[in-house]
Amino acid sequence: MTFSLVVMIEVLRAVAGLVLISTGLMIIFGMMRVINIAHGEFLMLGGYTVVMAGKAGVNPWIAMLVLAPIVVGLFGVLVERLFIRFFYGRMIDTLLATWGLSLFLMGFVTVVFGNTVTGVSVSLGSVDVGGLRVSGYSFFLIAVAVIILIATYLVLRHTKLGLIARGTMQNPGMAAALKINPSVVYMATFGIGAALTGLAGALLAPITGVVPTMGIAFVAQAFITVIAGGPAIITGTISAASLLGSVSQLTTFATTPVVGDVALLFVAVVLLRILPNGITGKFFRRSI
Amino acid sequence: MMERSDRLATAAVVLVLVLMFGLPLYADPFQVMQLTLYVVLSIFALSLAFVWGVGGILCFGQGAFFGLGGYAFAIAAINFGDTTGACALALLVPALAAAALGYFMFYGRLNDVYLGVVTMVFSLIIWKLINSTAGPEWHIGAARLGGFNGIPSIPSLNWPGRPSDQLDPLQIFQVALGLLIVVYVTMKILKSSHYGRVAIAVRENETRAALLGYDVRFVKLLVFTFGGMIAGMAGGLYATYQAFIDPNVFSLEMSAKVLIWVMAGGLSTFLGPIIACIGLQYLALYLAENTVVNSQVVLGGILCVLVLALPSGIIPALQELALWTIARIRIAFRTRSEVALQDGAS
Repeated sequence: MTFSLVVMIEVLRAVAGLVLISTGLMIIFGMMRVINIAHGEFLMLGGYTVVMAGKAGVNPWIAMLVLAPIVVGLFGVLVERLFIRFFYGRMIDTLLATWGLSLFLMGFVTVVFGNTVTGVSVSLGSVDVGGLRVSGYSFFLIAVAVIILIATYLVLRHTKLGLIARGTMQNPGMAAALKINPSVVYMATFGIGAALTGLAGALLAPITGVVPTMGIAFVAQAFITVIAGGPAIITGTISAASLLGSVSQLTTFATTPVVGDVALLFVAVVLLRILPNGITGKFFRRSI
Repeated sequence: MMERSDRLATAAVVLVLVLMFGLPLYADPFQVMQLTLYVVLSIFALSLAFVWGVGGILCFGQGAFFGLGGYAFAIAAINFGDTTGACALALLVPALAAAALGYFMFYGRLNDVYLGVVTMVFSLIIWKLINSTAGPEWHIGAARLGGFNGIPSIPSLNWPGRPSDQLDPLQIFQVALGLLIVVYVTMKILKSSHYGRVAIAVRENETRAALLGYDVRFVKLLVFTFGGMIAGMAGGLYATYQAFIDPNVFSLEMSAKVLIWVMAGGLSTFLGPIIACIGLQYLALYLAENTVVNSQVVLGGILCVLVLALPSGIIPALQELALWTIARIRIAFRTRSEVALQDGAS
């Protein structure tokens, strides 16, 4: 009983982890259709922001929850203006360009910080679950993931900003006719996506450690989650993350984390064979 | 059949490559050995040039097939003690893997971008798996997989069926060069054959090709499988040339490199990727030796600039530039002669 409770919490944590790494991509790729292969490096930059802030003596919680999203969000805006905006509507070129960006960032950070793992320590103690101890940080991650999802849903569904963003992505020409500057909307949306990614990277830093190549571990999972989710981005991300997170965590319990990762990717590929448009291509089609 | 000019160009390329067989007689053995690597990687570049350029399939995980070929060769060669069977497996294993992956992708009707992501995920899966096999319990027969440490002391190629008759490095260079010529010519012939034309038709317009009665999924599967096999051949050669292989062949950098070569060389050609491969690989080596900058920074920068400035590739851009210059010279010449004529008339 207790053990199954702990397993459940761990499964939830895995799902929350997938949600965290995917929300930024859900906006940039799911909504804007910009294939950002450098997504993993945005996560990595979030992690390094925390490391840098820690060295400067900033409280780690402020660094994680405030500084990381701001820094990476601004970086996202910069990259969008200087680089990404030339590629809208040209998917293959975007893919190659952001891959170049990804390699460049990885190499650049390696030059600056060296190819070593930097630990980030924040402690939330541990919670006693019927005699077994579960890290408090797991609960924190689950809570943040839920808050991010609810906030994104509310903004997209119930605010004018969300309406403008969704409308512009659907039909930029019509949005422009209604006195909205699509270019600014694209920039802002990309920035928000990057900010969410930076936040996720900062939140995951205490678990994984920060290293220039940390993005590689996440980028495949994030993409496969968003793709498996399908066109309704939020519902899709939740359902895909739940399915894939459970599969990987349960497999991890039965075998090793590596096999868990492989199981995740394998299930996703098989899922795409059955549902080429993702989960929400078939179910929950009318949701966001 | 190929067009006449195309046939002439192919013949010229083959002639140059054939002349290179004589290199071991004249050049410094060390340099010839280094050249082997370029030849092997050129075969790898050709594999993607075919899959992407002819078939229009953007494969982000071509490194996976290269690595599978290398690992298949290494494991088989260590187990058999003879490289004849190992060579066959280096072709067979990646071809089967490509066919299996291709079945899921093409029969699931995934389009360009999803295709790219799935192939990338595929190579990442293998990279993770192989990396975690460091312990002694991970072995296939006598060959230990070695995880991130890789597999050392892979036997050198030997004459078919004569394990004691190993080839020396210079002979391996000639074998690799021979294979490069065979692959290059085969691809040229395939491209202009009926099958190649069907593949190009599918690349240009899938719906139209399907409506004309071609099984689009099967055509793509064949192209992808063939490309996987050629990549595996390059991987096997790489393993035997280095006598060592590690999981980095499955890394994103490997797949990125080959993509950059093909892009830089020009998607529509086979010679371009070879030239770009040799040029960029030499540049990377030069930069690494002089430790000016990190190689990833350079690779990433090149890719960014290429996509921004020369989306069609360096070689086609140079061709265009050459044609443009000739046209300009002609115009200038003609106007000058016209002016001279008028002067003479007045």
